[in-house]
Amino acid sequence: MAQQIGYSKKVMEHFMNPKNVGSMDDADGHGKVGNPVCGDLMEIFIKVKDDKIEDIRFQTFGCGSAIATSSMVSEMAKGMRLDEAMKITRNDVADELDGLPPVKMHCSNLAADALHEAIKDYKRKKGEMVEEEEKPAGHTCEHNHNHCDTC
Amino acid sequence: MERIFLDHASVTPVDARVLRFAEPYLAGGYGNPSSLHSVGLEARRAIEDARTKVADLINAEKEKTILFTSGATEANNLAIKGAALRNIGKGKRVVSSAIEHMSVLNPMKDLQKNEFELTTVPVDSSGIVDLEKLEDSLTRETTVTSIMYANNEIGTIEPIREISEIVHEKGLYLHVDATAAAGRIPIDVQADGIDLLTLSSNDMYGPQGAGALYVKIGVRIQPILPGGGQERGLRSGTENIFAIAGMGEAARIAREEMGAESACLSEMRDNLIEEILKIEETYLTGHRTKRLPHHASFRFSHIEGESILLLMDAQGIQVSTGSACSSKTLEPSHVLLAIGLKHEEAHGSMVLTLGRSNTIEQVPRVVDAVDKMVDKLRKISSLGKE
Repeated sequence: MAQQIGYSKKVMEHFMNPKNVGSMDDADGHGKVGNPVCGDLMEIFIKVKDDKIEDIRFQTFGCGSAIATSSMVSEMAKGMRLDEAMKITRNDVADELDGLPPVKMHCSNLAADALHEAIKDYKRKKGEMVEEEEKPAGHTCEHNHNHCDTC
Repeated sequence: MERIFLDHASVTPVDARVLRFAEPYLAGGYGNPSSLHSVGLEARRAIEDARTKVADLINAEKEKTILFTSGATEANNLAIKGAALRNIGKGKRVVSSAIEHMSVLNPMKDLQKNEFELTTVPVDSSGIVDLEKLEDSLTRETTVTSIMYANNEIGTIEPIREISEIVHEKGLYLHVDATAAAGRIPIDVQADGIDLLTLSSNDMYGPQGAGALYVKIGVRIQPILPGGGQERGLRSGTENIFAIAGMGEAARIAREEMGAESACLSEMRDNLIEEILKIEETYLTGHRTKRLPHHASFRFSHIEGESILLLMDAQGIQVSTGSACSSKTLEPSHVLLAIGLKHEEAHGSMVLTLGRSNTIEQVPRVVDAVDKMVDKLRKISSLGKE
């Protein structure tokens, strides 16, 4: 089945047994990206201690790769220093999963963005200046729903 | 783990009896049906035998009303473009419903590019064509109106006889795509008042590579594939004897066994619907009673269709979905949007289509798998949590 959709074994492992699923009532940072209209909505919650991601949880509405990338990014970021975690890119997540089908690279590979949003949220709460990325980290699916070729 | 295939709308496996019947036409030294010698004649007989069987399935008035094509897509194109272009002197207006298959909608759009006026008639929330709007959309210049017998994604059966009466008050021809319905429910082109009707071999346990278009006596169409003049000059090209012979045998079996098979499958369908609707925030898509006997389709709030498909497959059960993530265009199903679902609702659809390999004993395992799948995905989901 996975081969048919073009998912690697690793994507399927993370989809079938996602790590760090859940939410946090007392999160230090919370990031939310995507739009249910487009079929993906990801939320990441982090606990921070000594500038390190001490704990992380995610909740994702979306397809197989949306869930797998969320699980993978949570594993990658756990225990990482915030400045390092900010450097995790969408491509890094896809690489760690042994690749994603080309059609999925844009529309459901938003987990790194959700992580960055959570870190920025933490910094804002602490009163730190947050450098806004040029491209809005929100969902890129800003199309008119006639054709989803931009997302 | 026993595989439970519940995606018969995508393909029906070739029936073993069909394969046995048609195999000699692939393996044996049968000729070209256009040849006049004895070897060619045997091939010709095979095709004419299939024509009779297909005509009987839909109670066509004569065998010669059946034209064999390469499949339903070609039959739909031939019906729509062939009739619209042949009757261009009467007008340049065509009508379809909003839930037709792409092989109806896209030839319609092609005509639109060539200055035909296309009206798309909406459907209600259960998928039934709005008959008043249909009536309003018809004029004396309407040459082709195309409405499907039943929908493949939501299972709804259209009121074809009423539609026929409305269409024939002003319009010229009614084309009906019966791909999803044929072999599942009785079709009588004469009683139903149908001018053109599309059939598909591989949707009724026949081989891929054959379809048929019924063209009522007196209905005028022109070929879209001109050539050597096979199929009464309306569909040129050497016939695919294996697939056509198989389609004929598939039609014969369907006609004989439809009653008993439908009774079995509709019982299984009703059990599945009853059990699956017990899951919270789960809804049936399509009409509850005017529904194909083998068809059960749902939507679940807060979860997404590709994930649904993958988790069902992991439990050995093959289903389909109208989710955007499973489509080539990355858009949710136009059928689900046409029945009024929001994009986020259409993303969470699951279609179960039953077939000859299924038994009612499979229901508990399917229901259990659906339960587990929904529970797992909702736990992961960011939606539906306050």
